[in-house]
Amino acid sequence: MKKRKYGVALSMILAAGTVLAACGSDEEADTGSDEGSAGGGEGTEETSDFKVAMVTDTGGVDDKSFNQSAWEGLQQFGADNGLEEGTDGYTYFQSNSDADYVTNMNTAVRNDFDLVFGVGFLLNQALTEVASQNPDTNFALIDDVSEGDNVASITFKEHEGSFLVGVAAGMATESDQIGFVGGVESDLINKFAAGFQAGVEAVNPDADVQIEFAGDFNDAARGQQIAASMYGSGVDVIYHAAGGTGNGVFTEAKNLKQQDPDRQVWVIGVDRDQWEEGQVGEDNVTLTSMVKRVDVAVQDISTRAMEGDFPGGEVIEYGIQEDGIAISDSQDNLSQEILDEIANYREQIVNGEIEVPSTLE
Amino acid sequence: MFSQFNRWQKILIPVISVILGLLVGAIVMLVSGYNPIEGYAALLSGSLGEGFYIGETVRQITPYIFAGLAVAFAFRTGLFNIGVEGQLLVGWVASVWVGLAFDLPKIIHLPMAVLAGAAAGALWAFVPGLLKAKLRVHEVIVTIMMNYIALHLCNYLVRYVISDEQNTTERVPESASLKSPFFETLTEFSTMHYGIFLALAAAIIYFVVLEKTTTGFELRSVGFNQHASEYAGMNVNRNIILSMVISGAFAGLGGAMEGLGTFGYGFIHGAFSGVGFDGIAVALLGGNVASGVILAAALFGILKQGALIMPLESGVPTELVEIVIAIIIFFVASSYIIAYLLQRLKKGAK
Repeated sequence: MKKRKYGVALSMILAAGTVLAACGSDEEADTGSDEGSAGGGEGTEETSDFKVAMVTDTGGVDDKSFNQSAWEGLQQFGADNGLEEGTDGYTYFQSNSDADYVTNMNTAVRNDFDLVFGVGFLLNQALTEVASQNPDTNFALIDDVSEGDNVASITFKEHEGSFLVGVAAGMATESDQIGFVGGVESDLINKFAAGFQAGVEAVNPDADVQIEFAGDFNDAARGQQIAASMYGSGVDVIYHAAGGTGNGVFTEAKNLKQQDPDRQVWVIGVDRDQWEEGQVGEDNVTLTSMVKRVDVAVQDISTRAMEGDFPGGEVIEYGIQEDGIAISDSQDNLSQEILDEIANYREQIVNGEIEVPSTLE
Repeated sequence: MFSQFNRWQKILIPVISVILGLLVGAIVMLVSGYNPIEGYAALLSGSLGEGFYIGETVRQITPYIFAGLAVAFAFRTGLFNIGVEGQLLVGWVASVWVGLAFDLPKIIHLPMAVLAGAAAGALWAFVPGLLKAKLRVHEVIVTIMMNYIALHLCNYLVRYVISDEQNTTERVPESASLKSPFFETLTEFSTMHYGIFLALAAAIIYFVVLEKTTTGFELRSVGFNQHASEYAGMNVNRNIILSMVISGAFAGLGGAMEGLGTFGYGFIHGAFSGVGFDGIAVALLGGNVASGVILAAALFGILKQGALIMPLESGVPTELVEIVIAIIIFFVASSYIIAYLLQRLKKGAK
């Protein structure tokens, strides 16, 4: 009997622990946003009634990728301008399925947001439709081109950044075999593949680039499977442009590194600095990352819209020159030689001496 | 599901499950520092509070009814159709394809596109039905695998066959569209479309076929006991295939609603839409009867729609609704516990 009571007590403690843990993280999030608005309050002289919202794609706001990056940009913009998070300042709408895009867009309009971001090319149709029904609201589409006087299209020159990491891959490889794992075959992901291939070819014409598409942005198991077969066939550097699927590539690389620390396996991250994803014990399998500064673009467009200079109907391309595309700051795995070469090519791209292809031929 | 319980229990168990699910959801909200009353109020006003939200909720309910009916139909005839998701996707693409390929008057074009969706779904379910009937391959395994084939085949068709290497197809012309300008104005530009009437009609067809026809009797009979049915002179194999085909047709129609109504085009899916899998839960909660499926689909539609607005109005994250749904399903699945408690309660009252 006593034993059973002990068991009950133990499970109660465990339950309480879980509950408290949940509270803890929650408080953290709360103070985080408090700090944000407080910091903004000090810095602003004029309090505007400008309201800005973003609609995520199905990846959600914590996707460790461009949705998250966009939200960080929006939070920063809110803090800089003394806006509050919520219906009166800035907020995000999470889409749980593709059918939610139109609903969320409409809800944002109905809550009188002045500017609504659609994050990701998946939202193109929904955004175009809602924008045409609501000419008084401004919209901005990230990663694709839409038409309409109240729509700004924001695209990135991913091929330029992919070219630079291609240079790194071409120089780092020992087997002259390099892999590319794409999410879903589409114009966007082809830009990554094309730039990467061109970058590899520029420094290492002998190297062979295998291009594979997982057919899914959220299937880590499939990513791991593809990575396993690539590494197994002699590939030693994989560049992924596959969102959550890419996490599987990291998993496989880390497993291999753990089994045999002397083996050369590299992953090149995408969208944000994926250094943390590559950490395995003392080693790190992240060679570098192609960073796409969605946050910079979001802040830029929001500021312009607030100042009455919204670039409606325009297509704005953020590339290396505009600080929209870069390689990550974590560069411990890159030798000085590689860094010099990357800097060299970066210069040439900025000067227009190299035209990086954006489509696979 | 509840065949072993009496009529009263059949209704009570899902209702109690829903109440318990909402209660546990409220506790989770309390524990995480949110106000459950505000949370549920936001959920309700976000799904039924304004014309726009009602329209969106109805739109959300439509494919759930079809998916629920598809799962329920197979279930009533002793089969697990886990492939509703895939059948829905092929139905979606087929209906959009027919919508784009022909130029006909609406009175012919729209039914043709809708039926193409049903036919594609039926065809997709025919394969596992045939394998089950002829080779006794378990339909769960085949239907799950067919889901993946459907996903990637549909993506291929959208990108290379129906469109010219685009991420989405063109919009279907007005003559094949279920979109309703009347409902849209009525509900302030929601995406509500005529599909809900088709869904309700499908529920009636489901009821009539299964409960009022000889074929339905045979199908159910095979579901109860294959050997007895065979002994009674029924063609078991034919009934297995027929059951899967009808189930797939319901699923395909659900896809057509998305393709011709909600979206009006096909696009490359990065992942499954999830509607087909939710259909399993809808059928389970609805006790596999037509009226139950409609009610369960309505509940799911309200929850999913309200979940989008909940964070904005009350700060409660949308994931909470997933928790509530999971708990409801948990209680429905463990219906014996509730039935047992109900019995104890009765005895206690005496």
